[in-house]
Amino acid sequence: MPKTMLTVGTRKGAFLLESDDRRKWTLRGPFCEGWPVYHAIYDPATGSIYAAAASEWHGSAVWRSPDLGETWEMSSEGLSYGDEDGRKVSKVSTLARAGDRLLVGVEAPGIFESRDNGETWSLLSTLSGQPGSEGWDDPANQPPGHLGISGFVSEAGDSDRFFAIVQGVGAFETEDGGTSWTPRNRGLRRDWPAEHEEVGFCVHKLVRSADPQRMYQQNHVGMHRSDDAGQSWSEITEGLPSDFGFAAAAHPHDRDTFYVIPVEPMHGRVMHDGKAAVWRTRDGGSSWTDLRNGLPQENAHLGVLRQAMVIDTQDAPGVYFGTSTGQVFASADEGETWSEIASYLPSISSVDVAVLD
Amino acid sequence: MADLRLPGTLTPLFPGLSRRVEVEAANVLGAIDELEQRWPGLRDRLVAEGPALRSHIHVYVDGERAALDTPVAERSRLDVIAAISGG
Repeated sequence: MPKTMLTVGTRKGAFLLESDDRRKWTLRGPFCEGWPVYHAIYDPATGSIYAAAASEWHGSAVWRSPDLGETWEMSSEGLSYGDEDGRKVSKVSTLARAGDRLLVGVEAPGIFESRDNGETWSLLSTLSGQPGSEGWDDPANQPPGHLGISGFVSEAGDSDRFFAIVQGVGAFETEDGGTSWTPRNRGLRRDWPAEHEEVGFCVHKLVRSADPQRMYQQNHVGMHRSDDAGQSWSEITEGLPSDFGFAAAAHPHDRDTFYVIPVEPMHGRVMHDGKAAVWRTRDGGSSWTDLRNGLPQENAHLGVLRQAMVIDTQDAPGVYFGTSTGQVFASADEGETWSEIASYLPSISSVDVAVLD
Repeated sequence: MADLRLPGTLTPLFPGLSRRVEVEAANVLGAIDELEQRWPGLRDRLVAEGPALRSHIHVYVDGERAALDTPVAERSRLDVIAAISGG
């Protein structure tokens, strides 16, 4: 069986969890000098680990390790709007590989790219001119969390086509490497008035399934599905305990199977009734099943953030999630049974997985 | 030469950087730029867009709170402090 490695981003650095059988795990870290890490990923294109981090003292940077955590360097060269622009990079929120581009999303909302594997960065796009963009550069208009660009959906081999989420505004797609953008929010529910028809949606997490036409998203108000690669959306919330959550993951081999973690939508934003559960659909969201075997069912007030659930690519995929209270849970059987594989980490921002030969 | 003292959070990021460095500069920004020449990337850890000192980085010149344009004398002492922040 290949080695499985989880890359865990936390409020106090990055950690690695490794296993040869997805049952017994060993932990390494903390890395990145304990900087708050908002998203840490393994990049199959280079075999490197990247971590988007923002220190309260020393600003934002992307850390990288070319040797699975043995050594680390960091760089913020070019990761700035410059002295004349007026916008500031307050945080680096999310990372993704798109062909030969390494992308990082920042607040104030913007996308920077690196073509040299994280050594230097340059501004790719601020999505200027998109509806809503006239207001989103003002930090006072940013949603809590101040993520700016809160996520990407990309393909490892495609430099030009990818989605970017502007926190509190919606999802946008580019097909020309960030030169032009199209809002992709048609059909999403919105329970509030908005100035623009095409934006004003709070997209928490966007994922592509095994079928590129089939996408899913966890929204501030509802789970949604797209069967036309994000051009339009329909709601699939019915059967879930709430319409709110952050984390979501799609099965790598079956387009109809998808996992979410609903949480209480008010201030708490923790799993319902103090009982931990992951919810799975096997039919594209027509019905949902709660998966609890091995998860705590008493006094478990667990939160899970948008980058903190992931699924691996093995024939029987493993599912993993990390909590705001520092636990990592893993399932090696598609969510049927779970075990706690780390218990006392700092608050977890992200979990990524790599299957290493 | 001015006597510049750095926070412990900075030295692990730059090989060879110690917590005390002698610099020759006309003002605080000049001192930081001198460090940048010797340890590329260091300026960005202390200075944000503007340029301005990062909000939780405080600099004192001879015991007085300073800004980037505060003059530095031949025998000044500069203290760069990572202010109490977070938990």
